[in-house]
Amino acid sequence: MKADQEKLLNSYAGKIPLSVLEEIKENVPGTISKEKFQEVMDKCLIAYNNAKVHAGECVGLVAAESIGEPGTQMTLNTFHLAGVAEVQVTTGLPRIIEVFDARKGIKTPMMEIFLNKPYCLDVEKLRKFAATIKETKFEEFVSEYNLNIFDQNLTIKLNKELLDDNDLTVKDINGIIKTKVKNFSVSITDEVIVIGLKGKQDEIKDLYALKEKIKEVKVKGIKGLKQVLPVKRGEEYVILTAGTNLKDVLALSEVDSTRTVSNDIYEIYNVLGIEAARQAIIDEVYKVVESQGLNVNIRHVMLVADLMVANGTVKGITRYGVVSEKASVLARASFETPLKHLFNAALEGEVDNLTSVVENVMINQPVPIGTGLPGLVTKMK
Amino acid sequence: MDRQVHKKISHIDFGVFSPKQIMDLASAKIVTPELYDREGYSVDGGLMDIRLGVIDPGLRCKTCGQKLKECPGHFGYIELARPTIHIKFVRQILDLLKSTCKYCARVLIPENNIKRYLGVFEKVGAEEGFEARRRKIKEVVSKYKLKEKCPHCDKKQEKIKLDKPYNYYETEIRLSPIEVRARLEKIEEEDLAIFGYSKSFRPEWMILTVLQIPPVTMRPSITLESGERSEDDLTHKLGDIVRINQRLFENINAGAPEVIIEDLWDLLQYHVTTFFDNAVSQLPPARHRGGQVLKTLAARIKSKEGRLRHNLAGKRTDFSARTVISPDPFIDLNEVGVPKSMSMNLTVPERVTVWNIEYLKRFVQNGPKKYPGANYIVKPDGKRKSITAETQEEILEELEEGYMVERHLIDGDIALFNRQPSLHRMSMMCHLVKVLPGKTFRLNPAVCNPYNADFDGDEMNLHVPQNEEARAEARILMLVDTQIISPRYGLSVVGCIQDAITGNYLLTKELVLKRSEAIDLLYSCGVDDFSGLPNKEKIDGKEVFSVLLPKDFSYVGKDKSGNDVKIVNGQLKSGYMDKANLGQESGLMLRNVYEKYGPAYTADLLGKISKLGIAVLARRGFSIGISDMDLPLETKNEIKDIIQKSEDEANHFIDNFNSGKLESLPGRSLDETLEVSILGALNRARNKAGDIAMKQVQNSAATTLVRCGARGNPLNIAQMTAIVGQQALRGKRIDHGFTGRTLSYFSKNDLSPKARGFVKNNFKSGLTPSEFFFGAMTGRDALMDTALRTPKSGYLYRRLSNAMQDLKIDYDDTVRDASGKIIQFSYGEDCLDVSKTKNGVIDVTGIIHDVVGGGK
Repeated sequence: MKADQEKLLNSYAGKIPLSVLEEIKENVPGTISKEKFQEVMDKCLIAYNNAKVHAGECVGLVAAESIGEPGTQMTLNTFHLAGVAEVQVTTGLPRIIEVFDARKGIKTPMMEIFLNKPYCLDVEKLRKFAATIKETKFEEFVSEYNLNIFDQNLTIKLNKELLDDNDLTVKDINGIIKTKVKNFSVSITDEVIVIGLKGKQDEIKDLYALKEKIKEVKVKGIKGLKQVLPVKRGEEYVILTAGTNLKDVLALSEVDSTRTVSNDIYEIYNVLGIEAARQAIIDEVYKVVESQGLNVNIRHVMLVADLMVANGTVKGITRYGVVSEKASVLARASFETPLKHLFNAALEGEVDNLTSVVENVMINQPVPIGTGLPGLVTKMK
Repeated sequence: MDRQVHKKISHIDFGVFSPKQIMDLASAKIVTPELYDREGYSVDGGLMDIRLGVIDPGLRCKTCGQKLKECPGHFGYIELARPTIHIKFVRQILDLLKSTCKYCARVLIPENNIKRYLGVFEKVGAEEGFEARRRKIKEVVSKYKLKEKCPHCDKKQEKIKLDKPYNYYETEIRLSPIEVRARLEKIEEEDLAIFGYSKSFRPEWMILTVLQIPPVTMRPSITLESGERSEDDLTHKLGDIVRINQRLFENINAGAPEVIIEDLWDLLQYHVTTFFDNAVSQLPPARHRGGQVLKTLAARIKSKEGRLRHNLAGKRTDFSARTVISPDPFIDLNEVGVPKSMSMNLTVPERVTVWNIEYLKRFVQNGPKKYPGANYIVKPDGKRKSITAETQEEILEELEEGYMVERHLIDGDIALFNRQPSLHRMSMMCHLVKVLPGKTFRLNPAVCNPYNADFDGDEMNLHVPQNEEARAEARILMLVDTQIISPRYGLSVVGCIQDAITGNYLLTKELVLKRSEAIDLLYSCGVDDFSGLPNKEKIDGKEVFSVLLPKDFSYVGKDKSGNDVKIVNGQLKSGYMDKANLGQESGLMLRNVYEKYGPAYTADLLGKISKLGIAVLARRGFSIGISDMDLPLETKNEIKDIIQKSEDEANHFIDNFNSGKLESLPGRSLDETLEVSILGALNRARNKAGDIAMKQVQNSAATTLVRCGARGNPLNIAQMTAIVGQQALRGKRIDHGFTGRTLSYFSKNDLSPKARGFVKNNFKSGLTPSEFFFGAMTGRDALMDTALRTPKSGYLYRRLSNAMQDLKIDYDDTVRDASGKIIQFSYGEDCLDVSKTKNGVIDVTGIIHDVVGGGK
């Protein structure tokens, strides 16, 4: 693009949104004359101004309709195999509900870990890395437990082969066990761990409890990543995981922290902040909408996401979240738990200023939205 | 002129009534449980006291002097013999008791902290909203209510417990409502702020000493056929309260033993409690004699059937109609056919002026029984007069400027048309009335999609706006023409369907007509200017279609099978008109016409195209039959071979699995690997067989339907001609359930395709019983899915719309909620209205193409 064209293009910044300017820049042929280019710009400006929203437009309701209406067409199929032989993820309507509820602890937490070079291109390196981040529990290395009542001790036999496969030695295990097991005597001899009672007061059932506890001890990997699966995405390989731990994964140097994502909105909010959470809501909802083959404009999803994060924290579209924040008593009461809202309002002496829609419907007045908004002033003679 | 005075409610205050306010507000004190005397008149001082409002025709209210329907009703009160606790404030009373000193009645927070907390509350309230403030208050209150020593008077505090539903205990001694009230009375006003209560509120008001009696107008009695009166549930409950209250009074005055008084007091407390809420979990609900649970105050407000959601947030209207719908492709897109009988009941008020008095007199002359007539006139003073044979002459005489005539619905009137569920704004659109014979509403099949209507018995509603403002708004904002582009995705939601698509497809693809035929065809869809037709005897279908297009319209796009569609200066040069161009939710052709020529033109064009397609089909003839599915013998054998091979393949996998030779796929167990492999093999076979069959039935009418997108898809054809294929349940083959097999016909743990829902027959040849059963299983699963999904998505939708209903664009392009809080600084980051865009974006390439010209 020539310099004078660039200049002309830039003079429209602020009048035409950047995304449109970008598109013009990409699509305009290089050979275009100055006059024609001016014409293109003017026409685009006219088209943009014609397509702008009018003041008073009830965009909220339009967005709600645009998401609610296709909701009736979505399948309820909870699980969906994301690709060939991959991790199970919640999709469809249940997932949308989950995101809009802003639930803590979602049904199928999942991560998509992008990696830096060379890991993202080399399958072998990637496999190895994937194995190191998978959470591996102690019980996986055990071939036999033996609770000896006569000797009052617990004998655990380790599976040497598996240890070798995972580049672990008995010594490593020893270290881990020693830090986790206190008030018991621990002795390790080559593949066999013997845990005995220390004090006189202890009972054999404590050993049993210990056995159950020790099974869950993390030996290696990152906490929460229950399953790891290398998958090819276009040119590169990524790792899909079941279970998330965004904070620890992002800290790894092999991981491309700019692209790695989790599907847990709350986790993203806690680790990356509210703006990231907003983007995550949009991405997650849009992913479902697209996978169902529905056409919903992203603006509608954006509005819902913005409403959910407007306070600086993630609020669900529920009676405890967004709806409870409404200024109007009657608007809240007409949604759910009306009595609670009415009694609280009475005690605190709340005032309903009738600024939103339902209250005005209730008292038969024009709603302050759209054509109900402007007033007409006439000069009286 | 309009003589109405418009008053506007500016705000609503919420608060708690003090006993004094209740007494001041009351127009009667209720002292007796009797309702009526022997003559059937209401007893003075009874619950149906005539001072509380009138519910009988002819009587006048003693308080306001108005008649039935004019008198709004007036409150009364009763003096309770002993204080009772208001059930809805039990929690608040408990908090107050727990966090104030037993002796000095100060809140158990040190002096300097009180001020600090008040500051904190204010700050939280201003920054994060009142809900956060409420939470903060709760947090502070619960932190201090466990304090053992009063920081003000240094005295030791006792533990206070609530024995649900309404008994308070201090250590083990019960606090009577009198004692509780005494404590609440002592709490100082400054300390109340810590609990977040309003300044005009006193905590002792939460213990009732007088009870407000609602007016009779909100608890009317019904007179049964036998002349007997049946009282409202509330009246019954109030009767109980008054009766027990009187007994309690008498016993106290007579100096009855404490036990009896306690018992009666308890009973009074029960009745007062159930009067407010009859669903308190620890109490047995009050019942009618028949055992039916009484519906008291809380139940009236609550839930979907309660006052708020049923009567206040949703309202019923006059001048509405509902009946079955049927299609009529010959009316315009924005018209609705209204049965004549309906149009004589639905009326439009029209004001008499000097210019229309003669016109309106004609309606009055026809009277209510002859169409088009009028049913009523309304005088300037608001009095209505019915037009009958007797009054007709008189009314004609007196009719003058300023009168209103309620005339019958006529062609061109404005009406709103709606089909439930009203999921989006296109579910209620404005149509122009067309009065037609018959008893059903008629609508153009092209607008079925936005309403999601079909004609298998669907009913729809019609509303007739009654004033100019409403009509103008309906016409300008809600007319079908203006709703063609969906705000959800920026493409058209109306389009040709079924026959109209097939007709246009055939026309533009293969038909060559005689000139006379072409003219006949065009005339039948409302074209009378044939100058667009080329001057020759044989006219191509494309040229016929082009006559409808505007002369300066150019468009480049794709049809359904991916071929280019080119329209240059109103001439269809190449490509076929199919669903991709004419149908709903697809293609930019209609979108471009809309942008260039406006809503009304688009609606008109679409109507003509749709009529043209149907006319073509009517003249050419079109039918499908079972022979469309015939396959030559060799193809049949070929398909059989493919299926056989895939079954062999599957069995091979099973053998390997059984002998342990099967290698598992990465990330999968052996069982899963087997399933995936078998499923893959069988689906491959189905696709292959389907493709072969499709090729063979290329030229059948059924395939034409599929190809132009009018109905069905290739899979349907394949299932009819070649093979139905594997029936999948939750993404897997049909599972063996608890008994180890799908049907008792098979042996246990049979993994073979046929035992797990593989249907190798096609619909034409017929299914075996077990195959049919497998089909029924997946069918049931699909039914269940729909039945479970509807309420779930409905609830999600309700929550979304409730949360977002008051977001609007402000004059500075920001999106704000009702309280003025900014949600977005610019809507969708670029202020674009989706319904004014093309599929959500501005068509930059189109503009460039326009300016630079085709030579790119």
